[in-house]
Amino acid sequence: MIMRATFLIATLVAGLGVAVLPARAVVEIDINKGVVEPLPIAITEFISADGKGAEIASVVEADLRRSGLFAPIEKGAFIEKISNPDAAPRFQDWTVINAQALVTGKVSETPDGRLRAEFRLWDTYAGQQLIGEQFFTSKDKWRRVAHIIADAIYQRLTGETGYFDTRIVYVDESGPRNNRVKRLAIMDQDGANQRFLTDGRAIVLTPRFSPTRQEITYMSYEGGQPQVYLLQLETGQRELVGNFPGMTFAPRFSPNGQQIVMSLLRDDGNSNIFAMDLRSRNTTRLTTSNAIDTSPSYSPDGSQIVFTSDRGGRAQIYVMSASGGDPKRISFGDGTYSTPVWSPRGDLIAFTKQTRGEFQIGVMRTDGSGERILSSGFLQEGPTWAPNGRVVMFFRQPAGSAGPQLYSIDLTGRNEQKIPTANYGSDPAWSPLLE
Amino acid sequence: MLSIAAIAKNPVGIALVAALALAGCANKQVPNNAADIGLGGAGGPPGSQQEFTVSVGDRIFFDLDSSVIRADAQQVLTRQAQWLNKYTSYSITVEGHADERGTREYNLALGARRAASARDFLVARGVAANRIRTISYGKERPVATCDDISCWSQNRRAVTVLNGGSS
Repeated sequence: MIMRATFLIATLVAGLGVAVLPARAVVEIDINKGVVEPLPIAITEFISADGKGAEIASVVEADLRRSGLFAPIEKGAFIEKISNPDAAPRFQDWTVINAQALVTGKVSETPDGRLRAEFRLWDTYAGQQLIGEQFFTSKDKWRRVAHIIADAIYQRLTGETGYFDTRIVYVDESGPRNNRVKRLAIMDQDGANQRFLTDGRAIVLTPRFSPTRQEITYMSYEGGQPQVYLLQLETGQRELVGNFPGMTFAPRFSPNGQQIVMSLLRDDGNSNIFAMDLRSRNTTRLTTSNAIDTSPSYSPDGSQIVFTSDRGGRAQIYVMSASGGDPKRISFGDGTYSTPVWSPRGDLIAFTKQTRGEFQIGVMRTDGSGERILSSGFLQEGPTWAPNGRVVMFFRQPAGSAGPQLYSIDLTGRNEQKIPTANYGSDPAWSPLLE
Repeated sequence: MLSIAAIAKNPVGIALVAALALAGCANKQVPNNAADIGLGGAGGPPGSQQEFTVSVGDRIFFDLDSSVIRADAQQVLTRQAQWLNKYTSYSITVEGHADERGTREYNLALGARRAASARDFLVARGVAANRIRTISYGKERPVATCDDISCWSQNRRAVTVLNGGSS
């Protein structure tokens, strides 16, 4: 049983003595336009007795800036100094510096030693409050409060769910290329709070988050034979998945978190896809071809599975029913395709494509139409989706470099961002929004 | 349930690492090493680990995205089979590897297919199947680390590692 209580943050929509108007915002971002002009937004330092208010505001600002949809205004340009965040600001002081939205807030300590944070989002041209919320949590969770605030602002102004209060699990890589140490590592989506989950003695690869629990599945060489494991994030308990004679690899959870779908190596050297129910431990064979069938990924409704197979000669992408059956090839471009991952919105499949000596990260519709390449380079692979299906993270190793690093890019192919990690990093997997 | 402490004591893992280190070292500096340690010849005494690695040849190479045993690899594997049929106290692990020009999971599968191809060839030449274990390292254990074909062709390999026996 997973205890999530330690991660919970109490959320109250607060009146706070200010009229919360159910008004229509004048300010908004149409995220579906091809080119989005970043929205100028003023994010003030939250009032606090110590520096915590400024720290929280700076995390909110960094999240919004990195999304590429917001252009936070330099604090030096601010005219009004917010001293009472419960009072309405002088809107003309903000419109004159072209701040279309304004964020104010306050951070204090409760009598029992907890952190209390409140913030308001203002539409400066309409002269009204769009959001007012407050949060109570233990002091060490202050970054999570900042990410939740950034998500609330993102959602209010774009109409889309945010993705800032999320984490990334990935493979930390250190040491020379011909003797790499690989450790599972986890961090916040902005690179903060990095910690290691394994000690580096065994090669570990391809971690993936459970959609429903504080749990990951991954592949490890710790038992001599490489196999798929489960790791409980809060207790650190590890468990072998299934009792298979050969290598198991390429694991991924089903959307309800109850199954793991993965590849199992056959004695003849080919690999087929199996699903295992985590409660009953029953396994179901889903493919039977004399080929490499791997990298399975469920559709978000759980009804279909997309995977890589070389049954046609070279690696291509196929879709089949989640109960198996005849797969349909969907990739037909010039090159080979692998690592398909179904978008959490259900509309797209991200993939790695190899063509003309390059590796590309791209997306296509689930019937294979509408292929778009987001990024091309010498070596890059392994896309993972932000929970809102708007951003893809992957890893890249330029020619001549000593190791791979993590990058994110918008679905538009714009706003590429390098994700800071302690060492080299590969195989990122984005968590769902935290609870 | 497993713990880190339990894994650290895993004898299989430690033995494997030691074997890999030895094979890697022998491959690069065999003539010097063999002379330094006073072995009979560059290939080491008959039936030795050195003889297998140097004179017989412990590895074969593959074409891009292929697990077909090439003609040059057939010669090496035939010599391996003859040697193993003579020195029957050894068991072996056939490691399958891929170059870095493929995605991680696909290359795990490709490495496994290469190891299986090499194993099947050895079995067809009379080596008992129960002496052979296979493992795939995908592209996780390159021996050559430049970013062009000269390295990739060395990394697309199957390496036969001797386990135990009288060496």
